[in-house]
Amino acid sequence: MTRDQTPSDRHGLSRQANPHDGLRPDLAYIADWVPQGARVLDLGCGDGSLLAWLSRHKDCQGYGAEIAHDNLLKCLAKKVNVVQANIDEGLEMFSGNRFDLVILSQALQATQRTEHILTEIAQLAQQAIVSIPNFGHWSHLVSLARGHMPVNQRLPFQWYDTPNLHFATTKDFEQLLSSLNMTVLQKAYLRESRVTTEPVRWWPTVRATLAIYRFQSRAQAAVA
Amino acid sequence: MNSSTSSVGPITALRADFEGPLRLLSGQEIGPFSLAYETYGVLSPQADNAVLICHALNASHHVAGTRPDDPEDIGWWDNMIGPGKPVDTNRFFVIGVNNLGSCFGSTGPASTNPASGRPYGSDFPVVTVEDWVNAQVLLADRLGIQRFAAVMGGSLGGMQAMQWAIAYPGRVAHAVVIASTPRLSAQNIAFNEVARRAILNDPDFHGGHYYAHGVVPRHGLSVARMIGHITYLSDDDMAQKFGRSLRGADNYRFGFDIEFEIESYLRYQGEKFSGYFDANTYLRITRALDYFDPARVHGGNLAAALAPAQAAFCLVSFTTDWRFPPERSREMVSALMRNNAQVTYAEIDAPHGHDAFLMADSRYHDLIRTYFAQIAQDLTAQAPPR
Repeated sequence: MTRDQTPSDRHGLSRQANPHDGLRPDLAYIADWVPQGARVLDLGCGDGSLLAWLSRHKDCQGYGAEIAHDNLLKCLAKKVNVVQANIDEGLEMFSGNRFDLVILSQALQATQRTEHILTEIAQLAQQAIVSIPNFGHWSHLVSLARGHMPVNQRLPFQWYDTPNLHFATTKDFEQLLSSLNMTVLQKAYLRESRVTTEPVRWWPTVRATLAIYRFQSRAQAAVA
Repeated sequence: MNSSTSSVGPITALRADFEGPLRLLSGQEIGPFSLAYETYGVLSPQADNAVLICHALNASHHVAGTRPDDPEDIGWWDNMIGPGKPVDTNRFFVIGVNNLGSCFGSTGPASTNPASGRPYGSDFPVVTVEDWVNAQVLLADRLGIQRFAAVMGGSLGGMQAMQWAIAYPGRVAHAVVIASTPRLSAQNIAFNEVARRAILNDPDFHGGHYYAHGVVPRHGLSVARMIGHITYLSDDDMAQKFGRSLRGADNYRFGFDIEFEIESYLRYQGEKFSGYFDANTYLRITRALDYFDPARVHGGNLAAALAPAQAAFCLVSFTTDWRFPPERSREMVSALMRNNAQVTYAEIDAPHGHDAFLMADSRYHDLIRTYFAQIAQDLTAQAPPR
C-alpha cells in the first residue's frame, strides 16, 4: 500500500543526477505535470518526497495520506503535512476540500475497492494523477510462460504474500477510466531498470513497466 | 533511546496570584484568584521555547518530576516530559498549570470565598474550557510568554489546546491535541450526568457546602470515578487485565460483596480518588467537558469555528479509544484541511482505550518526539546569532 513497496528506492535509482534532486524518477514525471501553486492531495504519499519537492519547487500546498507509521515520521522530518489514513476505508476525511490535484502513485493496485476509489478520488479534485505498474510487461509474460507468477525488483512479492490485489495492463486501465467517464488529459509510459527510467515510445503495452495518467471526470470538467 | 532520558527531578510547585476579576463565560466574575503551576527547563532569552501542558479531568499542574517531599509522587505525564523525553526539557521550557476550579492549589470550590469568609462550595461559578484558557493567558503574560511554541493536552487538555488556537491565534505556534474531541457526544454527556447524580444524591453532599459539615460525599464521588474509569479503558484491555476472574475465591458466594477482580479494581480506584479529589470540582470539570463545543456558535460548522486558528496542529487518536474515538479526531483533521491549516494526524493502534494517551507507546512517543524535534529545529533556525 505504501510507496516503500516499490523497489526503486532500495536499488538507489533516486541517486542518479537529475533536476529533481533525488526524487524517484516516476515521481519526477508526476512532479513535472503538477501546475505551479496547486493544492495537492497525495494519497499513499510514502515518505513525503513528492510533496516536499512540490512545496519547495512549485510552491504547492498540500496533504499526504499515508498508512505506515514509519512514513509519518519521515513526512514530519520533511515538514510535509501528513494524515494517517487507510484509503480503502474511505476518503470522507478529505471530502469538502477543493484540491486542484489528487495523486495516487503506485498504490491503486493495493486497494480493495479499486473502481470505487477511482471514482472517489476524481470527485476530490479537479484532476487526478494515477500511476500503475503495467502487468503486461514482457518480463511478466516470460515468467507466466515459464509457469510462474512474476516476481522481480519492481514487484518483489510472492503471489501468496503480496499487498497487490489488482493487476492491470495499461490497456485494461485505460478501458476502466473510459468506462468510468474519465477523460485522460496526459499519459506517460515508462521503462524502469536498475540504472535508469526512460519513456517508452513504441509498443508500451509490452515494454512499459509503469504508466502514469492525468485524468479528469467528465463531471469535474463540466464544473470547471 | 530511553537510556539517555531522565526525570526533571524534584519540583516545587509555584503559585501566581491575580486580582481579577476574571469575567467568565457564564457572565459571573471571579477574583482574586490563584493558579498553581510548575515549570521544567529554562525559558530562552527570546521566550520562544515555552510549551504549555493542559490537564484533563483528574490531573493537575504536577506534570513531570517528583514532589520535593515525596519522591513517589511522580507527575502524570512524566513519561512524556523531561530531559531527553519526547517533549525535551533540555530544549523546551514546559509549564504545567492547574485549572481554575480545580482542587490541587488553584482557586476552586474548596478555597475561601472572600465574600463570605467560608469555602465557596456550590457558590463557586461553573467554569468552562474558555475560562480556563483565559486564565492561562494571564499566567503566560505573568511569565513573559507572548507566544507558545506549543500548547499541548490530552482529552480535556486537548480541548484547551484547541481553544488556545481558536481564541489566541497569535499566541500558539503549534497545537498538540491528543485523544480529544471537538465536542462531547450524547453518550459522553450521559456518562457525565450519571457521575454527577451520584455525587449530588450523596447524603453527605449538603448542597455543595459539605466542608462546613466536616464530611465529603465520598460514596458519590467514588461511584463517579468508577463510571469515569470504565470509559477510559477498552473492553479488550479490561478483559485481558481482569476477565471474569474471581477475587479470593474459586466459586460464587451468592452475595453482593466484591466477587470479581474488576469490581475490586474499580472500588479501589473509586475509594482512592474520593480520598483526594473534591466533589464540587468533579461536578464543574465534567460540566466544562459537556459545554465545550466551539462549532456551536457557527451552526455546527467546525471548519468555521477553527478558521481563526493560525497554529500548526498535531492530532493523535487511539484506535481503541471509545470515549473520544478516532472519528472525532478525523472530524477536526477534515475541518483543518478545509481551512488549509498545517496538520499532522496519527491514529495509533494501541490497546489501552482512552487512557492510551498517558501510556508510553513507542509509536506514539516517537511521533511526538519527532514533532517536537521539528519545532526545536525551527526555533534554532530562527534564533538570532549570539
